[in-house]
Amino acid sequence: MLEIKDATYQVEDEGKIVNIIDHLNLTVPDGKFIVITGPNGGGKSSLAKLIMGVNPITSGQILLDGEDISKKSITERAKMGLSFAFQAPVHFKGIKVVDLLRLAAGEKISVATACEYLSKVGLCAKDYVNREVNASLSGGELKRIEIATVLARKTKYSIFDEPEAGIDLWSFQNLIRVFENIRESMHGTILVISHQERILSIADEIVVIEDGKVKKQGPKDQILPELLGTPSAAKMACQKLEGGDQ
Amino acid sequence: MDEIQKKMIAEVADLHEVPVGAYNFRVNSELDSRNTTANIDIITKTDKPGIDIKIKPGTKNESVHIPVVISQSGLKETVYNDFYVGEDADVFIVAGCGIHNCGDQDSQHDGVHRFFVGKNARVKYVEKHYGEGDGNGKRILNPVTEVYQEEGSYVEMEMSQIKGVDSTIRTTKAELKDGAVFKVHESLMTHGKQKADSYYTVELKGNGSNTDVVSRSVAKDDSEQTFEVAIVGDAECHGHAECDAIIMGNAHVVAVPKLDAKNVDAALIHEAAIGKIAGDQLIKLMTLGLTEEEAEEQIIAGFLR
Repeated sequence: MLEIKDATYQVEDEGKIVNIIDHLNLTVPDGKFIVITGPNGGGKSSLAKLIMGVNPITSGQILLDGEDISKKSITERAKMGLSFAFQAPVHFKGIKVVDLLRLAAGEKISVATACEYLSKVGLCAKDYVNREVNASLSGGELKRIEIATVLARKTKYSIFDEPEAGIDLWSFQNLIRVFENIRESMHGTILVISHQERILSIADEIVVIEDGKVKKQGPKDQILPELLGTPSAAKMACQKLEGGDQ
Repeated sequence: MDEIQKKMIAEVADLHEVPVGAYNFRVNSELDSRNTTANIDIITKTDKPGIDIKIKPGTKNESVHIPVVISQSGLKETVYNDFYVGEDADVFIVAGCGIHNCGDQDSQHDGVHRFFVGKNARVKYVEKHYGEGDGNGKRILNPVTEVYQEEGSYVEMEMSQIKGVDSTIRTTKAELKDGAVFKVHESLMTHGKQKADSYYTVELKGNGSNTDVVSRSVAKDDSEQTFEVAIVGDAECHGHAECDAIIMGNAHVVAVPKLDAKNVDAALIHEAAIGKIAGDQLIKLMTLGLTEEEAEEQIIAGFLR
């Protein structure tokens, strides 16, 4: 089980201390598909990075299966069973897709196995396995390779930070299918940061984060109707239309 | 050949046994062994040290290996090797030099390679430089490569110097006639107090000629690197140069681009970038379970591939 207890993440903004995550408490039950949503700037991505150790926690605790991991390095957390798909995937000159999947799997998996992971994210494997993970790939392709690296790790906890961000509409349809597949074949706990109704609609549980705190948490059937048609949902929709999201 | 010499051959030419095809092994300034084929002749020069490699027109799918090993401390040599590649030939050439220096005197090999590439011939050239040994003597390599390409010829060069060479000045020059293509991929890594300079001049003299010069380098510790790539466009041609360097520690890297267009239809591009390893690259690999050091190794190995 993943528990966050009284966690705070502070940054300095123009000389002022700001609590991006503000004494947040959250318990993530095992084996569930959880979607974290909420308005822009509410702290969703910061929370995800806090869990992975990419952002340093200012105070509070993060417990993974009862063990406090809040002082552990990214590497240690990864080895304890956390995976993370970044909102903006990184480029690597010279590193091929198959290399990255091998690093993710932690062993020299065969090209055939690497191809299976790529197929799961909707990429025609043979076209991609030997390509470099560089700027010659489109945003949608990089995003799916990023998701494939998380699948290849087969960890107990997988975090996906806004998988839909920066993807065109056509790729988006495929991406939803990818998550529906992950939903069906999932092992362990899946945590997805998302604004998308279609991803929200396949959740077991929805967590709404606003102003660095958990505003709501509960089963999808309870939270989703509340979100749709609320001022908060309208605000989210407007922000989407205006573009730009972090 | 002794074990050290055999190991050096394996490092620079990926050879673990006697190769098929033509070869010429030079060990401590002397001919160790040689093989010629019906289509490829190797002749010792009479006026200066070195060899002429003559490849008959139309020779297909043959290879030439000409590795050099220096294991004697204090040895210094300049060697002139000329390749004459006949029209329509298609060959694979492997060169390279390994220096094993356990002594206190500097060892140096300056290889001057000239390629005369006939019409529509294709050459793939691989050159590796490697140094080792725990003596105080320096390991020095100053290769000069000159390429003269006739119409429609294609030359692809992969040159790498990843380890153990203390000082190097690389000079590469190419002249291309109509429709000729010259592609280079250079990988370089320096560490400690090593120094590496690399100078390229590619003259695109023929219509439809095309060049792509890509240099990837990593400078660690207190090492120094300089890259100068000059592309001269004197016809309707395409030229692209890319110098990409990762800088670490207290290293110093200089990239000097030079594009010289003498024709309105010359399209020349230069891209140069120097920077440290990106933090987000390290973080991504760490989320896959690698330590920071392991992540750094993977990023460098990929970059220099």
